[in-house]
Amino acid sequence: MEFKDYYQVLGLDKSASVDEIKKSYRKLARKYHPDVSKEADAELRMKEVNEAYAVLGDLEKRAAYDQLGGRYRDGQEFQPPPNWDAGFEFSGADFAGADMGDFSDFFANLFGRAAAGQAGRGGRAGPRPRRGEDHHAKIVIDLRDAYQGAPRTITLRGARADAQGRVSMQEHNLTVQIPKGVKEGQHIRLAGQGSPGIGGSAAGDLFLEVHFKQDPHYRVDGRDVYETLPVTPWEAALGASIEAPTPSGKVQVKIPANSQGGRKLRLKGRGIPGEPAGDLYLLLEIVLPPADTEQARQLYEMMAREMAFNPRLAMGV
Amino acid sequence: MPHTEIVTGVVLDEVALDLDELAQACSVDTLWIVERVEAGLLCQVAQPQRFSSAELLRARRMRAIERDFDANPELAALVVDLIEEVGRLKGRLRAAGIDEK
Repeated sequence: MEFKDYYQVLGLDKSASVDEIKKSYRKLARKYHPDVSKEADAELRMKEVNEAYAVLGDLEKRAAYDQLGGRYRDGQEFQPPPNWDAGFEFSGADFAGADMGDFSDFFANLFGRAAAGQAGRGGRAGPRPRRGEDHHAKIVIDLRDAYQGAPRTITLRGARADAQGRVSMQEHNLTVQIPKGVKEGQHIRLAGQGSPGIGGSAAGDLFLEVHFKQDPHYRVDGRDVYETLPVTPWEAALGASIEAPTPSGKVQVKIPANSQGGRKLRLKGRGIPGEPAGDLYLLLEIVLPPADTEQARQLYEMMAREMAFNPRLAMGV
Repeated sequence: MPHTEIVTGVVLDEVALDLDELAQACSVDTLWIVERVEAGLLCQVAQPQRFSSAELLRARRMRAIERDFDANPELAALVVDLIEEVGRLKGRLRAAGIDEK
């Protein structure tokens, strides 16, 4: 396990005041806020910042951490000395609302006992029964999973204590049945998959926030799905019945004659399933064959001669 | 060796959360939720019986803004309104095939 320099994460020195810690945290929380940040590693940095603030923003944890911290550098191999936290009373599992699964092994080892269902060593008589914390995680699925439903395996991290009370972050895989018809932003609730309860109480739940993987062919808005469908100029001009790929398989689509690029065709009920199901919109994109052979050039020249067509007429030229 | 479990969940909007469940999911007490519902900050309905996915996400965002910036509830709700609006507009850009970047 590597030592984490929380002061370095927040860009502070060890003499920082409570106000300076709070100010630095807010500045970084704004910079790396996952809803607005354009930084490539914003989510990871926000987790580090949250973890650092969970310790330095709490007087008791900071005092205990400072007692250790003087002897280690960031990244240095580290094992907490026995009873390193004797005399400190940590305030249980309230890590400022952040998920323990987001925090490092280093944090879990130092401060994670309460979250792992163990009483602190600070003199409590025993654990007070309490339902386990709910956990939150994001799951990124393919659009096709929402059409058909599918089992998907995700890896979760959580604090676990061994028989000796040593805590570490452990990964475990969970295979989740993605319900058919789930939408972007919806939550799947998995009962009992959060933190274990304390003193015989029920475990918390796990909430998975659903996101769709970016797809080069499909775009999603609620239950409606949009797809750009390339067509030839003659299919658009003359009309045609063509095969189009959709998330639920190939379909035969009738292109109306005299279609222009950007025309939107609606396939009712072929969006994400549900009550009601969404629609699938095909946006026609007219693709010109390249004039890269003598024959192709002659055909374009013939059109230019034979067809009186000025696409800029409405612009007065 | 990691162990594998197979679990089936429910989509939240099909079985929505009650007040206690929403509070638990947001790591707040129920009074925190009630105050924001009564002030019209959390949801459209004045006396909701159940809470949806969107309201869970909204409540968690409000809670994070209030906590991270010591923001008052009205300001946190305003920030979340703007985040939601940006999300809607980005969704429309994506649907129109326009790269949001």
